[in-house]
Amino acid sequence: MKTECKIVIIGGSAGSFTVVRKIISSLPGNYGIPVVLCLHRLRDVRHGFVESLRSSSGPQVIEPLDKEAILPGNIYLCPSNYHLYIEMEGTFALSVDEAENYSRPSINVTFSSAANVFGKSMVGILLSGANSDGAGGICYSGRCGAYTIVQDPDEALFDIMPGKALALCKPDEVLDTDNIITYLKRLTGN
Amino acid sequence: MKNTMESLDQMEFDTLISVIRETRGIDFSDYAMSSLRRRFIRFMTMNNLGDPAELAWKIRYDNAYADYFVKEITVNVTEMFRDPSFWSLLRDNILPDLINYPVIRIWHAACSTGQEVYSMAILLNELGVLHKARIMATDINSNVLKTAQKGIFRLNHQELNLKNYNSFGGKKELDEYYTVSGSEVVYDPQLISNVEFRIHDLARDRAFSKFDLILCRNVMIYFNFRLQERVLDIFRESLDKGAYLGIGSKESIEWCKSSRYFQTVSQEEKIYRKL
Repeated sequence: MKTECKIVIIGGSAGSFTVVRKIISSLPGNYGIPVVLCLHRLRDVRHGFVESLRSSSGPQVIEPLDKEAILPGNIYLCPSNYHLYIEMEGTFALSVDEAENYSRPSINVTFSSAANVFGKSMVGILLSGANSDGAGGICYSGRCGAYTIVQDPDEALFDIMPGKALALCKPDEVLDTDNIITYLKRLTGN
Repeated sequence: MKNTMESLDQMEFDTLISVIRETRGIDFSDYAMSSLRRRFIRFMTMNNLGDPAELAWKIRYDNAYADYFVKEITVNVTEMFRDPSFWSLLRDNILPDLINYPVIRIWHAACSTGQEVYSMAILLNELGVLHKARIMATDINSNVLKTAQKGIFRLNHQELNLKNYNSFGGKKELDEYYTVSGSEVVYDPQLISNVEFRIHDLARDRAFSKFDLILCRNVMIYFNFRLQERVLDIFRESLDKGAYLGIGSKESIEWCKSSRYFQTVSQEEKIYRKL
């Protein structure tokens, strides 16, 4: 039996929005594991994105503040124009340092720092995207012991991001949206 | 492909921190580790350094190189009028409170290359009170302060700056405040005639004066809890009763003990007032 999962990190870019919405609305409001969403988004649009991801039944979606404690029952969305890191203390940390692969937030940054802290207790999921950011990060997470899932490129609206990940390493699973949801529900015994 | 995150282990990381502390007197040990680690690795990648021991050696024996390292590690991308709604709120709700003071004392703590110093000067100029402002702009690094003092910035960032200024609702056009020279923009030196640039390390130095407004935006995100606590204590000491503090919109002072000495003026823009 594998180690208990303490955090789920989901990365995605172009074409991942509807997948993420479907995942959120399928999870119970009291989902027992904190979920972090690192999605590429417009830098100068601070408002509206969180609202558009919220569902009436799913866990609440919030943009964490710097040094906020990571708690179950929440879905955390990387704020626009910041990198989101995970600190050893179990808190978030933000930064505005250089973009990676033209991206801030960068999916690689969040995946890598989460893997450094959580290792085997992390599940990493990489979704659709038209950019290679995220591929290195999910592969690195896998090497740190995280359980890794890549969205099936045949289902993904843009297959560059998942395709790049599959070219770099072999994730634990390649799944479509429905099976990702089933997997996430099973993680907490639902 | 080897991921860069793997090329620096904890011991190598700690060694670099202590070498910098011993040689340059700058202490990174209370910085937020995850982002500092990425910047160390990024520095090594950009400078083709495969071995952290080589970097530690260069820092130890070459002061100029050590300063270059500190600059690259601490400087961050900054914008004119970053978060335009913050600047509008300053103009509409905060500065009207200070505008009738004989002197308006402002501190830009950890101002980096000074984009916010220029943004503030433009804002004060448009309110007609720049002449009575006394602005202190400090940073840990003398190189960034020199850039700030010259007011010369790269042109390729200008599109975002113009967009920010417009959403802030500036009275003029931003290009009335600078001239373009090749690939650079040169801001009007008049804007900083009341600005004093000074070295100050928030991790080491104490409060040194009193202010009516302190801006320290997207700086405390690089610090751990202990250092955030220290910085807020410095600010508390530097502010008179009723004076203001503005931090980054995704930062918070609520985890600090000293936050009880402040009241929140805007939760959205993270502006506080000393009680």
